[in-house]
Amino acid sequence: MYKYDQYDQAMVDARVEEFRDQARRRLEGKLTEDQFKPLRLMNGLYLQLHAYMLRVAIPYGTLNARQMEALADIAEKYDRGYGHFTTRQNIQYNWIKLEDAADILADLSKVEMHAIQTSGNCIRNISADHFAGAAADEVVDPRPYAELMRQWSSFHPEFTYLPRKFKIAVIGSETDRAAMRLHDIGIRIVKRDGEVGAQFYAGGGMGRTPMIAPLIRDFVPLDQLITYAEACLRVYNRYGRRDNKYKARIKILVHELGAAEYTRQVEEEFAHMLSVGVEPPLEELARIAAHFELPEPLRRPGPRAGTPLTPERIKNIGVPGQARDGGFEAWALNNTHPHRHPDYVSAVISLKPAGGIPGDATSEQMRVVAKLARHYSFDELRVMHTQNLLLPHVAIADLPALWQALDAAGLGSPNMDTIEDIIACPGLDYCSLANARSIPLAQRISERFAASGRTEVVGELKLKISGCINACGHHHAGHIGILGVDKKGKENFQLSLGGSEAEDVSLAKITGPGFDEDGVIAAVEKVTDVYLATRADGERFLDTYRRIGMEPFKEALYG
Amino acid sequence: MKILTGNDLRSGAVTWWNGNGWSLFVDDAVDVGDDAEEILAREEAARRVNVPYAIEARIDAAGNVRPAHIKDRVRALGPTVRRDLAVPTANKTGWDWVI
Repeated sequence: MYKYDQYDQAMVDARVEEFRDQARRRLEGKLTEDQFKPLRLMNGLYLQLHAYMLRVAIPYGTLNARQMEALADIAEKYDRGYGHFTTRQNIQYNWIKLEDAADILADLSKVEMHAIQTSGNCIRNISADHFAGAAADEVVDPRPYAELMRQWSSFHPEFTYLPRKFKIAVIGSETDRAAMRLHDIGIRIVKRDGEVGAQFYAGGGMGRTPMIAPLIRDFVPLDQLITYAEACLRVYNRYGRRDNKYKARIKILVHELGAAEYTRQVEEEFAHMLSVGVEPPLEELARIAAHFELPEPLRRPGPRAGTPLTPERIKNIGVPGQARDGGFEAWALNNTHPHRHPDYVSAVISLKPAGGIPGDATSEQMRVVAKLARHYSFDELRVMHTQNLLLPHVAIADLPALWQALDAAGLGSPNMDTIEDIIACPGLDYCSLANARSIPLAQRISERFAASGRTEVVGELKLKISGCINACGHHHAGHIGILGVDKKGKENFQLSLGGSEAEDVSLAKITGPGFDEDGVIAAVEKVTDVYLATRADGERFLDTYRRIGMEPFKEALYG
Repeated sequence: MKILTGNDLRSGAVTWWNGNGWSLFVDDAVDVGDDAEEILAREEAARRVNVPYAIEARIDAAGNVRPAHIKDRVRALGPTVRRDLAVPTANKTGWDWVI
């Protein structure tokens, strides 16, 4: 993975000291809150419902064991012993003291991390396919391009005060595991006739006005990647609305101009920028790419990539006749993903125990995961946008031992992509923007389905919960989505169906009038009842919904 | 009644105006009547509180102060999903009134 060079380190260290001075001046009363707020936000420090909250950037979700241990130490030393992994592959700490904030940033800097650009109207942390560099179906590893864009966008002077925040996702497969088309810019690295380049999508997003990004350029050559991104941003920076916060995202500009006109303007700017010459030399990309070379045993995978593990194959993993707990086989079947090397898999570590808080991990759990990453995954781990963790390169033979260690730490739930694998924003329990609580719903739903044994029967079902219209819980993209609203001072929940953030991207539609907390949990059960009663062989919930439409579900809910 | 709340500048902890200073416990909050703006300006300028604001509240049958809005009720005790992290007053009052 990428290692800071002297410039990266010097920049981050300088920012820590700058912030230390700013925080000191705030504490001494030399800065007012109005003056200080934009400075702390530029360093990821929010003031939330109960305390300051620090959001730490995890570039494209990639960490090594030492970094994860540093995150665990911060949780223990400065917070309350846990952290919350987010839908942008970051981590948040909920109980930070202002007087500790600069020390925390200094601790992060020691392990090549920071909280820069995790807030504000700038280019935020670049997200990527969590299986990058490992997936059997990958065409091109997107991480070097994500890293190049991270470096380009960090402290970019022209894009520090955009009309609104700006989120970029990069993938390198046909399969979309990063909600790429629901980003301000989505980039798919592709290969055409042997040449690597980038497809650009622009103007997607969730929030109060969800939009799916249209394709604006089918192929951008690699030596023009940054120039094209720069052109996209320049058009937005110039014409994006600054008069209305709710219409300031690029999706509104692209929608109002139309994709064709936005594209025309980008192409015009692109031609100009090519003449200016802002593209880094390809040698720089090669320098970055060298950091992402696979560990030696994985470099020559042979003629065929891995395939999904089958129950038969799982039975034969490890020492023949070796005793193992019953949970292993379900976990190996559900929580592994085919690797480019046939003897390896990527192993998903669920942060969704039934009844648990999605995305939360204790310091001790973080340390366990770090140790396992060191031992079983070449010192590498990932944060998934689904609020789980991932060991990208695990030898299939090591799976039983890995699972035992995970299970002992409360991290062995075999529920990836099931109705228990719920994305939920912090909601009204933590967030000052929220109107309703998300976490208790996730806890009750996962508990109920786990207890009744229906999780496995229902199969793949992506349930996503947001506590307000800002949609941090991705409810627009849920097979089932839940949005919490304030109805005359009471929590109320709108149910929606049919969303997807994958390559078959779609936006969920609202079923009808909302429900109270008990009512929406019952509604989720009714919706799954309809699915189970009407699904055809092999159909996922989403497939059934798309085949039969909304009406049967509405009938069950309101009829 | 009208009460004042904000966050402690150093720790970020939720605080409530008790007539003389800022308390961690909502039950210490006092009605400020028409004096809200004057107190807020003075206390914020002195950095005894950060981002303070006035809210509506009521006194329940047992004499406890209860913020009118759900968001401030959640602030008063802590995350409903981590009751182990709640401010100590939760042990006395229970959680039934929050949601």
